[in-house]
Parts: sequence; structure tokens; C-alpha cells
Amino acid sequence: MYRGYEAVIGLEVHAQLKTNSKIFSSDPTNFEASDNQNTSPVSVGMPGALPVLNEQAVKLAVITGLALGCSIRTKSVFSRKNYFYPDLPKGYQISQYDEPICEHGHLEIQTETGPKTVRILRAHLEEDAGKSTHHGDFTLINYNRSGIPLLEIVSEPDLRTPAEAADYARTLRQVLQYVESCDGNLEEGSLRCDCNVSVRKAGESKLGTRVEIKNINSFRFIEKAIEYEIERQIDEIEAGRKIIQETRLYDPDKNRTFTMRTKEDAEDYRYFPDPDLLPLVITSSYIHEIRKALPTLPQDRCKVYIQHLGLSDYDAKVLTETRDLADYFEKTAQISQRPKEAANWIMNELLRELKNSSQKLSEIKISPSQLAELIELVEKGVISGKIAKAVFGECWSSGKNPHDIVNAQGLGLISDESALEAVIDRVLSSNEKSVNEYKAGKTKLLGFFVGAIMKETKGQASPEVVNKILSKKLNG
Amino acid sequence: MQIHELSAQELSQKIQSKEVSAAEVAKHFLERAQNLNFKLNAFISFNEEVLKEAEKIDLQIARGNKIGPLAGVPLGVKDMFCTQGIRTTAGSRILENFVPPYDSTVVRKLKEAGAIVLGKLNQDEFAMGSSGETSYFGVCKNPWDLSKTPGGSSGGSAAAQAAGLAALCLGTDTGGSIRQPASFCGVYGIKPTYGRVSRYGIVSYASSLDQAGPVTRTVSDAALALEVISGKDALDMTSSDQSVPEFHKNLNPSLHGKRIAVLKEYENSDGLTPDIVNAYEKAIEFLRGEGATVEQISCPHAIHGVSVYYLVATSEASSNLSRYDGVKYGHRAQFENISSTSLKDFYSSTRGEGFGPEVKRRIMLGTYCLASGYYEAYYKKASQVRRIIRDEFLVALQGFDALVSPVTSTTAFDIGKKISDPVKMYMNDIFTVCTNLAGLPGASVPVGKDRAGLPIGIQVQSLPFCEQSVLDVSYALELAFKNSVGAPHV
Repeated sequence: MYRGYEAVIGLEVHAQLKTNSKIFSSDPTNFEASDNQNTSPVSVGMPGALPVLNEQAVKLAVITGLALGCSIRTKSVFSRKNYFYPDLPKGYQISQYDEPICEHGHLEIQTETGPKTVRILRAHLEEDAGKSTHHGDFTLINYNRSGIPLLEIVSEPDLRTPAEAADYARTLRQVLQYVESCDGNLEEGSLRCDCNVSVRKAGESKLGTRVEIKNINSFRFIEKAIEYEIERQIDEIEAGRKIIQETRLYDPDKNRTFTMRTKEDAEDYRYFPDPDLLPLVITSSYIHEIRKALPTLPQDRCKVYIQHLGLSDYDAKVLTETRDLADYFEKTAQISQRPKEAANWIMNELLRELKNSSQKLSEIKISPSQLAELIELVEKGVISGKIAKAVFGECWSSGKNPHDIVNAQGLGLISDESALEAVIDRVLSSNEKSVNEYKAGKTKLLGFFVGAIMKETKGQASPEVVNKILSKKLNG
Repeated sequence: MQIHELSAQELSQKIQSKEVSAAEVAKHFLERAQNLNFKLNAFISFNEEVLKEAEKIDLQIARGNKIGPLAGVPLGVKDMFCTQGIRTTAGSRILENFVPPYDSTVVRKLKEAGAIVLGKLNQDEFAMGSSGETSYFGVCKNPWDLSKTPGGSSGGSAAAQAAGLAALCLGTDTGGSIRQPASFCGVYGIKPTYGRVSRYGIVSYASSLDQAGPVTRTVSDAALALEVISGKDALDMTSSDQSVPEFHKNLNPSLHGKRIAVLKEYENSDGLTPDIVNAYEKAIEFLRGEGATVEQISCPHAIHGVSVYYLVATSEASSNLSRYDGVKYGHRAQFENISSTSLKDFYSSTRGEGFGPEVKRRIMLGTYCLASGYYEAYYKKASQVRRIIRDEFLVALQGFDALVSPVTSTTAFDIGKKISDPVKMYMNDIFTVCTNLAGLPGASVPVGKDRAGLPIGIQVQSLPFCEQSVLDVSYALELAFKNSVGAPHV
């Protein structure tokens, strides 16, 4: 609540779909290509060039739609959105208008007050435009981006705070990355966000006039831009002015939004069905096949981790952050049959090393089965927890099996009672004074003896066996 | 008989049997076309490589390589088809200097069959016109009478074919643009079923109506050329994967037992001249005489064809022509200080200079039809009526081999006569637009001449993908009436 007002927020997220070629041509889509390298008569709008729909883009749209709980239209239509701009080579964008491929979905986000379901109005396929760069008195256009497939995901105005909006965007990105439909890279522009913001007096049911903030390229800026915009709108209303329906841009340096265009200059896009493309017909068996192959989503995995594997909310959230990490955890837990230990190792050792080495999970040497092996060595009493950390370090850098490392370096725990008895006797006889003090009642010296024995054995003495012999000798 | 009086197939056979070389043929056509072009203005550009390409064909023949059925045939290509390395203007100033880096699928297929592009043919600007008069490159003349238009928009194609400036020509047809000029110039022209021929690389006018087709001296040439250019194209989603019959081999003029339809709504049409009525009746009489039955059918909504056509076509055109903005290619207005020119001024000057008045009129009409608040009443309503027209034709034509009608109300009219009255010009299309709206194949066959000696064509249509029926009935009419038409003296 802001000064007795409530904010109403909806997001339009443009996700670039991870296809090898563009949505209506065979041009490649790699980001690092040199200027205008990824173009053809189709993507620069030459006379007579025609669009041909990329099936992979359709598949990724269906996958994403299903992951967002959308219903998939068995017949959807591509329309032309007509407007002039130099980086829009045909003078129209091929998009979907009144019959989008995905509709009526939802996404659950975690808020301060618990989980919240945000409804998704629609998700439709469209082509991206080229990119203009302005250089003083001239402008250059790079059409590499022209025709990259986009899925525009439009939420209902269900969000109420800037933090919720940012959470929604983060959660959405997580889903896109999980189903591998979008790499979610905000800096490269593969995920772009427009925010619709209005305010109304608390308790009012009628929506206020909506302002759109375009092209925000970080989650933090989503939050700050909306925060600013809410305050600005309330100031306007409090000052007795009306909110103008308009499109604004956010300037992160000044942390404010400013007018881009008002509704009066809003264009009439003259949508009509694109006669170059037949309606897109998808069979229900196709949808069924895709649904079957969908990966389990983070929210669902989180629930399983907490309810069935006994992990904490925090651990579950961290481990489901990315699909790679969750998969790694699940494999380790499954092989070792010790999910809690697996979670601990990953949360503490693995994530730390990952961070320090700035590697990707897919690049590291230690495999889930090796980590599971390490966990087993500890659980079976072959090595101590302390040694296990050293073995982990060795395994991380060399990729050797933990078992081999332990054998090669003789790191296994000494559980042989007669061998340990000799060491213990040696330690006790050289510390006669302490033994006497212990026997006189200073029992906390037990730790001192254990430490000395461990030092003698370079940490390889089985704590269990040491305790057993010690108590026999000291208390017996 | 001179080289340019032969059919495309006769010519190719002589080249393949080395009776005459492809190079000689190319040289003959090039000289003839260039010499007569100042009179007819049928060509906008010539292919500078034509002789070299002909020599390559000769070399292949000399080596005994496998060669296509159109080997060495000089091809006249309407300037709507992109031709790699040859300027493609669509008859417009805005593409005055546009040289495509790719061939349209149709041109590629014809080249693969051995045809050689001779040059690019004049046309109404962006195929918007029925007289050839909207071309930025000046009006093309009718070879039968230089004071008359050749029709349009494929006026250059029909004129060049009639005058023997090319052995085979290509046209496009959105509302009659192959059939009407074919009728005015006394040559054969066929618009295939929508989807039969790839539109890839053809400058779009109205995407849901445009189709390419041959303009030829004989029905047999058209059958062969159509066979070559038809078929599914991976570059055009609207092209059909229906199998392509051997149109040429199957050609059969027998009319016995054929069922021919005539359309009630086309009878007693306003402005239909007595000479055309007479030629049409003679054609019907002939069909009956050869054992066909002729029955009347009715498609009540056909009378709305012209209105629907001009709403749908201009709507699509207004969007299709948006790409001509002076940014990437084509004409760009000159500005004293371009960095201080607003984007809006950049566009309006460039497009204002680049497009002619008829194109501007249609862009404005189409923009209006699609505008929010008008969309429902115009574009959407027109699309609904179009659907009704299509359904009526599909139902009414069931069981018939062909629908026969006039092509136009009049024969070729005087240059300048209708250009100032767009509605009069548009009404010229009443017999031809429904073919496109319904997606049917349709052809114009020369069957006679009027009292002024100008050619008259008869239109033959059929159900979708029944081009063979159209060609067969056309062939029968051609055999019966060929001698009453002949060729013009230029």
C-alpha cells in the first residue's frame, strides 16, 4: 500500500526462443555474428520474399505454454501488425493477434506473504525487428535480429508491488530456462520486459489509467522503474492531475521514467491475418507428446525436496535455481540414497568451488556419481568428514574417483583395534599427568586425548573405535 | 515461316535438333524486340547476358547433355518476377534501380528447363491497372492497333507474345491480369489454381489472389510451361503439394460428353459489346456442336465480385507495399540535409515520389479498409463475402468440366480513354475477378475479332486443380478458331 493507494501491475515479457534458425527463414540466429551476416531476402524484406514457419519455434512455444499451464490452440493465426520503422524491414511485424497459440495460463510466485498465483492472459509467437544504432548524424541498422522468434508472454494485472513484479519476472525466466526455450540472458536482450502500471485508491475496484514502461533490461530495474512510476502516478493524482495513457521509458542512471509517446500518437496497427501464412494447426496428439516430455518444473521440484526429501525451504530453493543444478542434485541423491548429505555437499562445497572457479556446472570434473561415492565413503566410515573435504578438493581438480584417491593416498580410516590401541597407549603414557587429572574428574580432557590421537594418526583414526578403546582404558 | 512465328516447342525442337542454334534464336529475338520496342514499349529491360546464356545451351546440346524441354526458348518475363542480376521494377519508380540477388521460383524452374530470359516486360505499376497505363516506364501499345492499350496488368507480356518479341512469356494474375491482356492481344493466357504455382520471388500485390501463369502463342505451349512451373515450393507456404499432371502430354481436344457451364450472373452484363456477344455465342454453339452439353448455373454473390476484389486486394496491397520505404533498396528521395529530416518526411517524400497515382489510390483505399473502426465493415465483410463466392462456385461447378464466359465487355480500348475514371476501369474486371476470389484456374482463348479487327477472347474456368480441363477445352476452341484470329502485323 502506498499512501492509501494500491498499485496494479501486469508484465509483457518478450522471450527469444532458442532456435537454430529464424522464425520465418533459414537464417542462423547466433548472437556473435557480424553485422547483417545473418540475413536473407526474407529477413530484410526484399520484394517477393515469403515467410516459411519454423517448426522448432512452434514446438518451443508449445513447450513453454504447457509449462505455464496454458491451453494450446489447435488453430492459431499469424497476423500482420503494420507500422513504419527503419528496423522493421517489411513495414509490418508478423505476430499473432486475436488467435494466439497459448492462452489462459498461470505462474506461482513466492512473495513475502506466501505463494501467489499470477494469471497469464496469453503467449503468442512473433518475429523480432532489427536493431538501429544512432551515431550522431547517421543511423545504422543491423538486421541480424530481424526474424528471431519471440514468444510474448502477457500476464494479467495480478501483481501489486514492484517486488512481486520482479519475482514474477525471475520465476518466469526460471521456467523458460528449465524448459530450455529461452536462455534468459537480459544483457543480450534475449529476455525483455514491458511493465503496465496503474494505481487506484485502496478499496476501489475500477482500474486506474495504465502507463506502459518499455524495454527494461534487468530485474532490479523492473523493481526500481515500477517503484518510481507508482510514486509518480500518486503524486500526479494527489496534485489533482489526471494520469495520461502513454508509453514511458525508464532511465536507470537518473532512476526515473519519462514519456516516449502518448496515446494520441499511438498508431493504428491495422492488424489482419497474414495471407502469406496458412493458419497454424496443431494436433492434440502433438500437444500430448510434448506434455509427456516436459521436465519437472522448479516449483514442483521444490515441493518434493521439502516434503519427501526433508530439505529446508532455503536449500530446496537454492538447489532448484537452475535445471542443471537440480538435475545434479537429484542424480547425486538418487545414487547415494542420501538426499540430505547430497544437498549439504552441493550447497557448501560444490557451489563454493563453482563460484570461486566461475565455471558452469556443465564444465566441472566431479560427477554426481563421484559425489555420491564420496558421501558413501563417509557414511560407511571409510574416511572422516574432514578427510572427505580434502578428497572432494582433489576430485574437483583432477576428476579422479574418490575411492581411488583414498586408496592411492592411504587416507582410509584406521579401525584396527590393536593398531589403534598401540597409538592410544603411547599417547596416554606420554600424558600421564592429564590421565590422572581425568581420572580425578576432569572429564572434559577426553577431547584433548582424542585430538592427540587424531594428530598421531593424521586424522585417519576411526572416531568410533578410538572412543571405545579410550573409555575402556580411562574408565575401566 | 520465320523463327518468331514458331511456337516455343517447335523452336526448342529445332534448337535441340541443331537445325538452328540457340544463339541465333536469341540474337533474332533480341534484335526484333529491341527494334520494335520503340513502337510497342513492351520491354522495360533486356538481359545483357542473353547471348552468352544461349551459347551455353548450344554447348550443352553439342556435348549431348540432357537438356530441358524449353532449351533455348527466349523468355519474356513480366517485371513482377525477381530475376537474379536483372533489374526488376514492378513497373514502378520506387524499384527503378532494384537488381535482385535471387530468382523467383518460377523463373528458376523455367531456366532449369532450358529457357533463356530475354528481358523484363512492361506492366501496370505493381500490377495495379487494366491497361498498362499506370507503368512508370510509359504505356505499352497493343500490336494490333498502336492507339489501343494491350490491357493489363500483364500488358507487356501479351503484347510481346502477340508481336513475336519473345517465344514464351510470363504474367501474373490477381484479378484478371493475364486473361484480359491475353484477350486484348489475341494470345493464350492461363491463370492456374491459387497455390499451384509458387509465389516466391514474385513482387506481391495481393498475396491471397496473386498467381503466375504463362502467356503463349499456343495452348500446347501453355500446358508445357505450366507443367514446368507448377508444384510445391518449400519457400512458399501457400503453394500446394497436389501432384502436377502431365498437362502437355494429356492434352485432349475431345468435347464429346463434356459438361460446360455458363453463369447466369454474367448474362446480359452491362456494356457487353455485340461483337463479343456474337463471338461468345459462336463459341458456345461450337461446343454444343462437338458433343458437349451446355447448362446454366448460378452464383448469386458473383455480382459483388468487383467490390469484394477491390477491398481485399487493396487491403493486402497497402501492407505488401509498406516495405518500399527507401531504407534498404529502391528509390530514396534526395534531401538537402538528411540528418535533420524527420523519419516521417523521409518516408512521405520517398514514397510520394516513388509511387504513381493509381498505386497511391489503392494504398489509401486499403489502409482505410484495415483501419480500426472500419476493418469489420470493409476488410472483414469482404472476406466473408469472398468465402461465400468461393463456396458458391465450388458447389455450382461440381460435375462440370468447365465454365465458359466472355473475358471482357469490350475489346482493347483507346489509350487514355478510361485512365481518368477509376471506377470504369475497375468494372473492366467483372468477368475475371471471381476466378481469383474463388482460387479457380482460368484462361483466355482467342476465338475471333471484332469489326475493327481487334481480338476477342473467351474465358474457360474450372474447379481448383482442374487445369487439365481448362487446357483441354481451350485446346478444342483453339483448333476451331485459331485461323480466325491470326497474328498482328507490326
